[in-house]
Order: sequence, then C-alpha cells, then structure tokens
Amino acid sequence: MNLFSAIGDFSSFFFRSVFIPWQLKHSRYRILRQVYEVGIGSLPIILIIAAFVGLVSIVQTSYQVAGTVPRYILGMTVGRMVMIELGPILTALMVSGRCASSMAAEIGTMRVTEQIDALEIMAINPYRFLSLPRIMGTFIALPVLTVIAEFDALLVSGTYAHFFLDIPFGVFNYGLTHFFYAKDFFGGLVKSIFFAVVIATSGCYFGFNVRGGAREVGRAATYAVVTASILILTLDFLIALVIFG
Amino acid sequence: MIRIESLSKTFDSLVVLDDVSFCIDDGNLVVVLGPSGTGKSVLLKSMLGLLPVDNGEVLFDGKSIQKASDSETYNIRKQVGFVFQGTALFDSMNVGENIALPLREHTTLSSKAIRERVCSLLEVVGMEGKAKMYPQLLSGGMKRLVAVARALALDPKYLFYDEPTTGLDPIMTDKVVDLVQNLKKKYTNSGIVVTHDLSTAKAVGDQIYMLKKGKIAKLAKIEKELYD
Ligand SMILES: Nc1ncnc2c1ncn2[C@@H]1O[C@H](COP(=O)(O)OP(=O)(O)O)[C@@H](O)[C@H]1O
Ligand SMILES: [Mg+2]
Repeated sequence: MNLFSAIGDFSSFFFRSVFIPWQLKHSRYRILRQVYEVGIGSLPIILIIAAFVGLVSIVQTSYQVAGTVPRYILGMTVGRMVMIELGPILTALMVSGRCASSMAAEIGTMRVTEQIDALEIMAINPYRFLSLPRIMGTFIALPVLTVIAEFDALLVSGTYAHFFLDIPFGVFNYGLTHFFYAKDFFGGLVKSIFFAVVIATSGCYFGFNVRGGAREVGRAATYAVVTASILILTLDFLIALVIFG
Repeated sequence: MIRIESLSKTFDSLVVLDDVSFCIDDGNLVVVLGPSGTGKSVLLKSMLGLLPVDNGEVLFDGKSIQKASDSETYNIRKQVGFVFQGTALFDSMNVGENIALPLREHTTLSSKAIRERVCSLLEVVGMEGKAKMYPQLLSGGMKRLVAVARALALDPKYLFYDEPTTGLDPIMTDKVVDLVQNLKKKYTNSGIVVTHDLSTAKAVGDQIYMLKKGKIAKLAKIEKELYD
C-alpha cells in the first residue's frame, strides 16, 4: 500500500467513526468510560514523567545559561519550553504508548473472535460502538492530562530552582508569568487535541484491520504505537509551522 | 422468506460459492450440510452482507441486502438472530449484559423490563441464574446456549445457526438440538442451520441442502456416502 492510499484509508476511518449519528443516549456512557480509562488510567505515569521533565528542564537550562542572564529568565525559558513542546509532546507519547496499543489489542481481539461481526449482525454500528467512544474519550482526556502535566512540571522545576539553584519562587514566577503568552499555552493545547485524535484513531484503525490471530493482534498493537508516535511528531512540526512559524 | 439467487463468492483464486440458489420459506428450517472448509460460514456471512459477494443477491422478503443502504441493511439484520460458530460473545460483558445489549440499543424498554427479558431468555435456553457470569468462565456448550439466548433477544423472524453442535459432547449436542427444535415450534421462526454433522442435520432440518465444491444441491435423503 502506498503512502497516499494509507493516509486516505486512515482518514476515511476517522470520518466513518466520528461523522455519524452519535446516539448520545447510548454512547454517552461509553465515552465517559474511555475518558476514565485514558485520563485517570494515565494520570500516575503522567505525573511521574512530568515531574522529571520539570527537573531536567530546569537543570539543563540553568547549566546552559546560568550566570549569563538574569535569573528570572530561567522561569521564562522553562515555562515556555514546557507549555509549547515538552508538555504536549511527552504526554501524547506516553498516552500513545499506553492507550493506542491497548485499543488496538482489544479491538483486534474482538475482530478475530468475530465480536465485531456480531455487532454488525445485531445492527449495531461497530464504529459508533468501539471507535467513536475511544476517539472522543481521548479527545477530552488528553488536553486535560496535558494541562496537569504542565502544571506538575512547572511546580517541580520551580521548587527545585528555589531550593537548589538559589532562584526564589518569586523570581522564577516573575519570569514565568511576565513572559506568559496565551498563544504558547493554547498552541500547546491545540496540538494535544490533534495528538488525541491521532492516538485513538490509530489504535482503533489497526485494531479494526486485524486479520488472523494472536500474532496479528500483537503486531497491530505495535503498529498503532509506532504510527501514532510518528504522526504526533509530524503534526507537531506542521502545527509549529502554522502557529509559531 | 429469504431467497438466495445465484450467489457467487471467490477469495482470490479459491471458488467458495458458485452460483448458489435456494430459498428459505417462512416457517422452515433449512439445513446446509457440508464438510468443513466448504464455505458454510462464508455463505451465512454473505447472506447478511457481512462479506461482499462477486455475484448474485439475497432477498429478505423481496428486499435485496446487496443493494440495500446501510440503514436498510441494519433494518434487515434486526430481523435476524445469528448464532456464531465461535459464539462471538462479548468477553468484556457478562452473560446478562451480552443478552441485554441488542435490547438496550434497539428498544425503548426500561432497564427493569430488560432485566426481566434477559431472565426469561436465559430460562428458555436453560441457563437460569447465570446472568452475572462472564463468558470466559463458561464451557463451550454453555456459551453456545447463551449465544442462542442473545440471538433471540429481539424476537427475530429468522434464526441463523453456524455449526450449532460442533465441538460439543453428546449430551450437550442433544440439548442444543432439542433447543433448536423447541424454538422453532415455540416461535415458528424460519432460519438456516449450517453444519457438517449428519445427525444434527437430520434432526432439525425441514429441507436439507448439500454444499460441496461451491455447488449446492437439494437432498432427498441423507446418506453417509455423500461425503465421499
Ligand atoms: N476472509 C477470507 N479470506 C480468504 N479466504 C477465506 C476467508 N474466509 C474464508 N475463507 C476460505 O473459504 C473457505 C470456506 O471457509 P468457511 O466458510 O469458513 O468454511 P466452513 O464451511 O467450515 O464454515 C475456506 O477454504 C477458507 O479458507
Ligand atoms: Mg464455519
């Protein structure tokens, strides 16, 4: 399959999953369930990862610029770095590792055990039943996770700066808030919305397209994560060009 | 009435169905007999539009499922209960939820009414009190019974059974055969049973067809030699 037909296939899968009657009365609960799975399920790992992102950012930034610029600049640099890039990207990559693979494995198993055929025969649209809730659930959960991750990272880096780098909270905070651009923050959120769509769509897409057995299910999980990761970084670049370029 | 008109289906170079035509009259249970790997499951799936066919069409009361729009296809499928060879129960849901799903999706019944309906369906198949169990914990035969209960949920006009007795012990086989016969008497639905088992075919079929090498033929009587 060439790249263009693959992209076409992937996008038509997305449209088939989302641009259908939602029947919220039935789907509501399934969407909330996915918000829970993706959001609450990923929270612990996201909190840990974000804390270390904050630590590494402040340590590296201080190593590179300490002594050459006013200290509040560290607050600004770390803040913008986290909000524009690190927060959205690392959250998305973590969630893709956790959720794209499990979506592909779960749906793939349903495919090979004919559970998707069973839905079709019961006149239940499998896209509405399986992929819509996952896409919408991730769409809701990922931006929230991203904001939490950013807050966590900045809190940890500010604390580190206060106690170990001789940069009091007030100074760090001055750099952070004085140079805060809404565009940075919301640009990061816009990215995370695109990332959410990419993660859930590739998890579901590879799951639906499993043919065969256990080995193919495993492979689908791998493809889902690899594809989601590549698309996340590609989109990151494209969106950066549009918003910040 | 379901009419199957010159249905043909090939996978690459493998001819699975070759100009297959037959008819399921109302109130009749048609058996399609054939050794495994001949295309019985493919036939059932093609009949419901789950697999695209190369040629021919399947008419449900005159409506072609091959030419139907998505929503028309779903309306036709609502009249059909399907018992899969591998049962295809949803393993993330317990027995009760499996049976309740079509009711939740397609009816406006209250949850209390749905619970009652699930209980009575489980009673029909002899699985009372198993609503809270998960499919993974059931034996093959019990899963088959639950799958029948789920297929009955919407009071279908037609029942499709894919190898209902394959892989079951003799006692369970008798139980399932009895169930198929009783359901037919009780609800007078029509349907199709595909199987490779001669005795099941004899026990439940009003008409018996043989599917072999893609061709279908009506049988007057069943003999073991047919397999050779
Ligand atoms: N999706 C498919 N792709 C390719 N070949 C298939 C597919 N489904 C079934 N077949 C082939 O069609 C033939 C009939 O299969 P099937 O209908 O499952 O047989 P059975 O009569 O045992 O139910 C088999 O040879 C099988 O390999
Ligand atoms: Mg079969």
